[in-house]
Amino acid sequence: MSWTLKFWDSTVGKKVLMALTGAAGFVFVIGHMAGNMQVYLGRDQINAYAHFLHEKAGLLWVVRIALLAAVGLHVLSALQLQLIKRAARPVRYQKPGIIQATPASRTMIFTGLLLAWFLLYHLAHFTWGNAHPAFRELDAYNNIVTGFQHVPSSVFYIVCMVLLGLHLGHGGNALFFSLGLVHPKYRQAVRAITYALMLLVVIANISIPVAVLAGVLKI
Amino acid sequence: MRIILHVWRQKNAQSPGKFERYERPEVSPDMSFLEMLDVLNEDLVNKNEQPVVFDHDCREGICGACGFVVNGIAHGPEDGTTVCQLHMRKFKDGDELYLEPWRAKAFPLVRDLLVDRSALDRIIQAGGYITAPTGTSVDANNILVAKPDQERAMDAAACIGCGACVAACPNASAMLFTSAKVTHLGNLPQGQPERLDRVEAMVATMDKEGFGSCTLIGECSAACPKSISMDSIARLNGDYIRATFVKRPLELSGQGSG
Repeated sequence: MSWTLKFWDSTVGKKVLMALTGAAGFVFVIGHMAGNMQVYLGRDQINAYAHFLHEKAGLLWVVRIALLAAVGLHVLSALQLQLIKRAARPVRYQKPGIIQATPASRTMIFTGLLLAWFLLYHLAHFTWGNAHPAFRELDAYNNIVTGFQHVPSSVFYIVCMVLLGLHLGHGGNALFFSLGLVHPKYRQAVRAITYALMLLVVIANISIPVAVLAGVLKI
Repeated sequence: MRIILHVWRQKNAQSPGKFERYERPEVSPDMSFLEMLDVLNEDLVNKNEQPVVFDHDCREGICGACGFVVNGIAHGPEDGTTVCQLHMRKFKDGDELYLEPWRAKAFPLVRDLLVDRSALDRIIQAGGYITAPTGTSVDANNILVAKPDQERAMDAAACIGCGACVAACPNASAMLFTSAKVTHLGNLPQGQPERLDRVEAMVATMDKEGFGSCTLIGECSAACPKSISMDSIARLNGDYIRATFVKRPLELSGQGSG
């Protein structure tokens, strides 16, 4: 077996890939959140941002394909590992117990799958527009405001952002272990920065549907 | 004190198992958990019933032979020790305790609370050793080891191979066990020549034996009677990355001397 296949075939190698692709996803959601925040600077600013991204079509597609590959690898590894993990304990404990593991760390596969579903909805909602009641190509401000004026959509987004926070909270810290990047000098800083970035992404993103529903952002 | 036990009874891996209820009306708080089971077994034998089978040896918490799950926690509720050093004073009068064996595909059940942990031995056989020169033993302190490295190696070497990490992990992963040996030998100069080959061979065996993968939730370290640190898992991952991407393969030029 070639060394690359051997790496892919091992549980440790798959976790390394999950860490790298997860880190790429983490960096992406920070950038995406920062882009979203322009909605507070007015219709012209966020729409100009949308046009700016689409003018760089070549670069946009490179990023899109890279992200798609990262998500694909992340999900594929997660599902394969899930099968291995389930097979590793054929008889479950009749009386299970937990000492210290956080709920976020124990539900990564569930939050992950729900986020994958959310991702498809989010694309259909704001990129393809087929799940949007009043979609207008490249009129990002209009799409955001009219999209979030629909209360069930807003609630769904807010719930999914909480799930994203749980997923990033555990994943953001665990990926440093999977990559072997653990050092007593940086342990606390890594934890603090990861949680701070996670909270920033979650709170900033949740603020948009809340601002629309509260009437702060309107057409 | 009065304790109600629900003990997993299973004749062998093929037959189905179930909890058997045993009421213990007179348990001394000073008994160890295994002594309490010894008395139960004495009563069972006197009644011509099969005693509860469980593994044990030193009963001092240092050998790694004993171990089962008490109310969902490997080695029971006492931190940093094995079930043989868990004492009944840790429980309250009238407590109901459910005893289950380590549950993992890689640990086939032998009987009741006894499982076969030879999968861990096979992981060690794959690379958990050093190649040392034969002949007279070298002088002490001939090879210098920095104090922080000594300490980290010793902390990892404290692993007694009981399998509680596998039992406590929701994925039945053996990462903490494997990484403890990788960390022990990887921190010492004697472990360097085989360091990257070791991690590759041990991980391959770990996967082949049917253990699950690590999700870094930390239950293994919390259940570990020797409190092996999660940092050892990070070290194994780092060494595995180096073994895959940095280690040079053996290249024979065919132009050696002679």
